[in-house]
Amino acid sequence: MREELLSIIERNSRIDLKELAVILGVEEIDVVNELSALEKEGIICGYHTLIDWDKTSLEKVTALIEVRVTPQRGQGFDKIAERIYKYPEVRTVYLISGGYDLLVTLEEKSLKEISNFVSDKLSTLESVLSTATHFILKRYKDHGTILDKKHEDEREVITP
Amino acid sequence: MKYPLSDKVVTLKPSGIRKFFDIVSEMKDAISLGVGEPDFETPWHIRDEGIYALEKGRTFYTSNSGLKELRQEIANYQKRTQNIDYDPMSEIIVTVGGSEAIDIGLRALINPGDEVIIPQPSYVSYEPCAILADATPVIINLKAENEFRLTAQELREAITDKTKILILPYPNNPTGAIMEQKDLEEISEVIIEKNLLVMSDEIYSALTYKGNHVSIASLPGMKERTILINGFSKAYAMTGWRLGYACAPVEIIEQMTKIHQYAIMCAPTTSQYAAVEALRKGDNDVEEMRKAYNQRRRFLINAFKEMNLECFEPYGAFYVFPCIKEFGMTSEEFATRFLEEQKVAAVPGNAFGESGEGFLRISYAYSLDNLKEAISRLKQFVTKLREEQKQKTAL
Repeated sequence: MREELLSIIERNSRIDLKELAVILGVEEIDVVNELSALEKEGIICGYHTLIDWDKTSLEKVTALIEVRVTPQRGQGFDKIAERIYKYPEVRTVYLISGGYDLLVTLEEKSLKEISNFVSDKLSTLESVLSTATHFILKRYKDHGTILDKKHEDEREVITP
Repeated sequence: MKYPLSDKVVTLKPSGIRKFFDIVSEMKDAISLGVGEPDFETPWHIRDEGIYALEKGRTFYTSNSGLKELRQEIANYQKRTQNIDYDPMSEIIVTVGGSEAIDIGLRALINPGDEVIIPQPSYVSYEPCAILADATPVIINLKAENEFRLTAQELREAITDKTKILILPYPNNPTGAIMEQKDLEEISEVIIEKNLLVMSDEIYSALTYKGNHVSIASLPGMKERTILINGFSKAYAMTGWRLGYACAPVEIIEQMTKIHQYAIMCAPTTSQYAAVEALRKGDNDVEEMRKAYNQRRRFLINAFKEMNLECFEPYGAFYVFPCIKEFGMTSEEFATRFLEEQKVAAVPGNAFGESGEGFLRISYAYSLDNLKEAISRLKQFVTKLREEQKQKTAL
């Protein structure tokens, strides 16, 4: 039940426990226990909401920054990754295979704030060799959800 | 002018579903639970293969019985799911949906006056196809107390010396019933003893929720007596691609191929290329869809329990078949009032045969949110009907 439960709440974390139990075909208490186990084991790390900020009046700019770094002896990339992810404005940090090492996403109110972060904080870190910043212009699909498409049922209303 | 039409066709009853469809179509904001096809779109990688085939200019006829590589994949699929060996070169034909396979299968076997046993409630086209092939349909009215499975006893009682074919429609549309191994073993004894053929319509075989589907053709001595029909519509959400197939002994496939070759030529080429991809790489998609259907199935069964609506637990396809006899109306009256008062469309059970009277087919090929809304309306409707009944008895 574990994976099925996870894939349901990954798409809808607000589903109520009773309904979750019904559609999984188990008792409600089992769902409660499994959820708390998953939280304890750090498998469930949070219950976030997918928001299309572009539809609000709030200005937000998101940048993807490719970072090339020198790994440190004994610690590889972990130490430098930690230095970067500790900044609260940093949203994600991934270690990446290929042409660069870390992919950092950053969310700020303006282009200027992002450029300040890159030039003042990120580039000045000792082990950072270079950065390349890309700005997100439009979000079509996020977390597996198409943001702008309304689903219409194309089917005939009654079929045998 | 009076056209000299075929008596056989003119006297054929139009589908009971059609009648209801016309009422629903006029109602703009109705929620439908009446659809017999998946709500999922065809998985993208399968569509992509179809597009790719068009791009590459694969726009020609294929051989009559279908692309060789598709027949090979069908043979592999039957081997890995049912452990049945079919020769892709001589024992498989690719058809325009499972429906065509039903039609040409019956036409290839029937001589006038032969009897075809059709268990009902079941899909609407068996009886008309049998009639068009000059067979005499013999209906078995399946019983709710057997969860709409076919029993050996019922089969025995329907057999005469003219019986030629049994149609075996499981997992079943509209009831959601399945036949498990032991059920099949019991009827296969009768089939062998009475020397019958079986047309096993397994179009919903990938959608079962209590163990894996068992094909009757996989039982000892049954492959040589079975026309196995399957297709891509339900499992891979490919209804509009119109692609199915039949597996049967070479002697039968040869005759079916003749009809197919003159009437159809070959199944759509684009669809056949897409279907190769579906069989090669589609197992995960099917499993994801099956899980989603199963969640909805459990939701509905639980909802019926909560509103005390009688319904056996079905383990196949994407239908539930609740009983509405307690309200003292026909299925059509119930469905019509439900539509008029709550704007929810469900198909009256009698559209699938007389023994469906007193039942309603509810499809769960809809999102959970959709089903939730429909069920809350059903609850209101059922509560109202029960109050009406109380008042009547009080008078």
